[in-house]
Amino acid sequence: MAKWKPLDQMTYLGKGYARLDGPGKASGAVKYTYDLKLPGMLYGALLSSPHPAATIKRIDASAALALPGVKAVLTDVHPTGTLRYAGEEVAAVAATSPEIAADALERIKVEYDVLPFVVDLETAMKPEAPRVYAEQSNVREPRVESEGDLAAAFAQAAVIVEGTYRTQVQVHACLEVHGSVAKWEGDELIVWDSTQGVYASRDGIAKFLNIEQSKVRVICDYMGGGFGSKLQAGRYSVIAARLAKATGAPVKLMLSRPQDSISAGNRPNLIAEIKAGATRAGKLIAFSAKTYGTAGIGNNARPALPLAYDVPNSRTEHYDVYTNAGAARAFRAPGCPQASFVMEQVMDELAEKLNLDPLDFRLQNDSNETRQQQWKMAAARFGWSKRAPRPNASRGVIKRGMGLGAAVWWPGGRGTQAQMTILPDGGIEVRCGTQDIGTGTRTLVAAVAAEELGVPIASIKAMIGDTEYPYSGASGGSTTAPSVAPAIKNVAEKAKDKLTEVAAQHFGAARTEVQLADGRAFVKGNAKNALSWKQLCALFGTMPLVVHGEWVEGLSSAGVAGCQFAEVEVDTETGVVTVLRMLAVQDCGLVLNRLTAESQVIGGVIQGISYALYEDRLMDPLTGVLINPTFENYKIVGALEMPKIEAIIYDQPERGVIGIGEPPTIPTAAAIANAVYHATGKRMRALPMTPDRVLAALHS
Amino acid sequence: MFDFELVNPKTLESVPALLSRNWGETMLLAGGTDVLDLLKERLAQPQRLINLKSIPGLSYIKAGDGLEIGALTTIAEIAENAEVRQNYAALAEAAESIATPQLRNMGTLGGNLCQRPRCWYFREKDLICLKKGGELCFAVEGLNKYHCIFGGGPSFIVHPSDAAPALMAMGARLDLLSGTGRRSLALAEFYQLPEDNLMRENVLGPNELISAVKVPAPAAGTKSTYLKFREKQSHDFAIVSVAAVLQMEGKVCQQARLVLGGVAPIPWRVPAAEAELQGKTLTAAVLAKAAEAATANAIPLSQNGYKVQLTKVMVRRALEKLVK
Repeated sequence: MAKWKPLDQMTYLGKGYARLDGPGKASGAVKYTYDLKLPGMLYGALLSSPHPAATIKRIDASAALALPGVKAVLTDVHPTGTLRYAGEEVAAVAATSPEIAADALERIKVEYDVLPFVVDLETAMKPEAPRVYAEQSNVREPRVESEGDLAAAFAQAAVIVEGTYRTQVQVHACLEVHGSVAKWEGDELIVWDSTQGVYASRDGIAKFLNIEQSKVRVICDYMGGGFGSKLQAGRYSVIAARLAKATGAPVKLMLSRPQDSISAGNRPNLIAEIKAGATRAGKLIAFSAKTYGTAGIGNNARPALPLAYDVPNSRTEHYDVYTNAGAARAFRAPGCPQASFVMEQVMDELAEKLNLDPLDFRLQNDSNETRQQQWKMAAARFGWSKRAPRPNASRGVIKRGMGLGAAVWWPGGRGTQAQMTILPDGGIEVRCGTQDIGTGTRTLVAAVAAEELGVPIASIKAMIGDTEYPYSGASGGSTTAPSVAPAIKNVAEKAKDKLTEVAAQHFGAARTEVQLADGRAFVKGNAKNALSWKQLCALFGTMPLVVHGEWVEGLSSAGVAGCQFAEVEVDTETGVVTVLRMLAVQDCGLVLNRLTAESQVIGGVIQGISYALYEDRLMDPLTGVLINPTFENYKIVGALEMPKIEAIIYDQPERGVIGIGEPPTIPTAAAIANAVYHATGKRMRALPMTPDRVLAALHS
Repeated sequence: MFDFELVNPKTLESVPALLSRNWGETMLLAGGTDVLDLLKERLAQPQRLINLKSIPGLSYIKAGDGLEIGALTTIAEIAENAEVRQNYAALAEAAESIATPQLRNMGTLGGNLCQRPRCWYFREKDLICLKKGGELCFAVEGLNKYHCIFGGGPSFIVHPSDAAPALMAMGARLDLLSGTGRRSLALAEFYQLPEDNLMRENVLGPNELISAVKVPAPAAGTKSTYLKFREKQSHDFAIVSVAAVLQMEGKVCQQARLVLGGVAPIPWRVPAAEAELQGKTLTAAVLAKAAEAATANAIPLSQNGYKVQLTKVMVRRALEKLVK
């Protein structure tokens, strides 16, 4: 089985080094999909439904088509004509400027049959509520899972806590909105897409357009953020391709921010009715959860309860509820931050009833050996022992508190293929159909290849983000690094074998006698008489060395642990929660790049703080529209809200590469909520913890 | 098609004639931080846009016996001006609290005073609310956590300006210019409640503009401050703000002006709270009483009751800051 070198023999891996594309991104030199401007390119725009529920009776596009500069109008972009949320695509235009495209949208006359709607989760559950899908109830059949004997366990429990918790809908809010540029070359289509998966996008586009996959090429050079919502082909990509076909010109179609907020996915909300019990000795023995969530017109709002802790007797019963809102999509640790918010507070409530420190109670109920170590390490570093034993211990208006929560994540990653080309002048190209969604994948491709070949990272040309390159999966579920790194090591190993063979022939030595190190080849014991990298590659003549590689077992694994600690200040007169500092300890196996690993953890914490205190997608019950579709009222943390964040990567190089994208965002809100309780003695049962909610809790 | 004519006048005097006598047909462009949004969102579709930035001499801060600020002076210039910071602290602090550095560099004082409401129903193009000629103020039955607790009905917007409460508390006046000539108007008489003017927020005529803002010199012993409560510090409109101006003689308050922002359709003066302060030694108990009086007449909607508590706290904290 393949193995990584020991850490102390590594030049790059395990250490921190700058992103290769950092300067290009910081200076604006690199081009994102949003930035592309092809010769003759037209601008697409989508007409959104103003109604949360309606059927399209008739569309008259003649006035739009008559507008100078308008090159095409599509009136059949909606697959069924039955609209189920305000903001759904009704028609599309392509015009010579974005302004003309917007004018054209105003001139499309649509006759709707307006239908009753429901956007609120609890209202949608009532029997008299309007149905989102006429043929079925809004409340779907439950998914029930149970283990052990719950009734007996509750009878045996010394302490029991009960409560209802609520979390909000969060939107992905990628800085680069979803969108594509489509260009036909004969019957072949090129799509530049802001996507987390060039292959997934290609396959989806080919399927929707009913053309062969070989006729579609998808490119994503640089990408302005993806948290799960860009894992699939978008309707916008297909519409862009159709507009490009209709006009014979390239078409760029980027969603507007409001369209992005309603139609491009979200993290579903949650209502969780919880009951949990523990023994006097501090063992969690019983857990039951009845949960509801709405994924809008889509499915799967199920929280991952009970998440990190061992419960021998449990029952979860979850109901997905339809509402007239855009469908949920995978969002950084789907089902987890909301489950963590519930579970970690339940754990604290039990601990308090048992008169146990929240940390001690967790140590007794967490069978993960890595996290056992992390809890202790983090607690010592954070100064948990200085925590006041009782809540609401601060005097005065401003109160301080500490809280904690656990991070978990499961998936590994496999299946990537790669190609390495070593050119006669010494150049090294690595081709891999993965994509860099902002996590540093391009840099890791170069680093792993450089590490294996013993050459500087700058000498590697990492070529990614294109379906012309060998297959790699979509970047989701924290699978990219464990899927890509082994394939790159494998292809570099194979290239190294070939180079060793070429050098052996040159030296007239046995292959086993030849060593390749520091970018040179020599016979062992005779390093003075070495071939430089250029001399070695020149031995190819005119034919480059091309090798293929793939993911192999032994270099990566799955399943990580982490924990986070928060310290907050609560202004009890205004309800403002200020996070003072966060500590996150996170394992990720073998660290590929310490800088980007820490950056992932910090990013996860930032998104978690935003989820805890600010973000809340609000559907207006009166009109059925998304009432805060832009960043004016969909509030996301900014620089002035940032606490001190300390990220500690818990090294386990022997486990190989593991992804780190999702776990650091899971326990942040929970740790903050527990800290707010510790500060004030009031339990926050709903997210986000905005001043109005905190004041209400303080006065309850 | 939504085409408009962009006019670049060279003199202020030529502007009124360029403006239509009917609302909506023409618009003034200053910093553009609100107007361009309104145009892009298609909430406004004027036939002519008059670019005031082409007129020289409208951006200035003159300090002498009082303060005179040209209508096109940027918010950033006001926030940074030494004289303003020294003697008109409430205005400097208000200017500093506005939006982001980029917006402060673009936005102008005249524009800030005339900006349209940020109500999310008003700003949603597809919704025809009461202020856009519809039949309903959606905030009454809908989502109203950011709406008004004073002066509401039939519309429940709040006025979004930070500069206006500060200027009003300092007794500012406006120089206005229209087709019929110039007039001077107290800022306190500029804004109008929805019950008096549903479609607009002030008395400005369709062919009228603000040319300058004048602030009287503060009397001896005057101190002022502006305290703004935001959900998010990085960039947010006020949930509640307080402009407080106190004229003190020793520990006794001779005169007090308190104007609230973010809680009413206009900058909201609270005479009852001022009365609690005037002629009194400003003890903690007096400040608390004034804070209480500031919200005595509040009528919260279903989801904005927290603003009453916040108003009390902000009034008290603003006064504490001045008394310290």
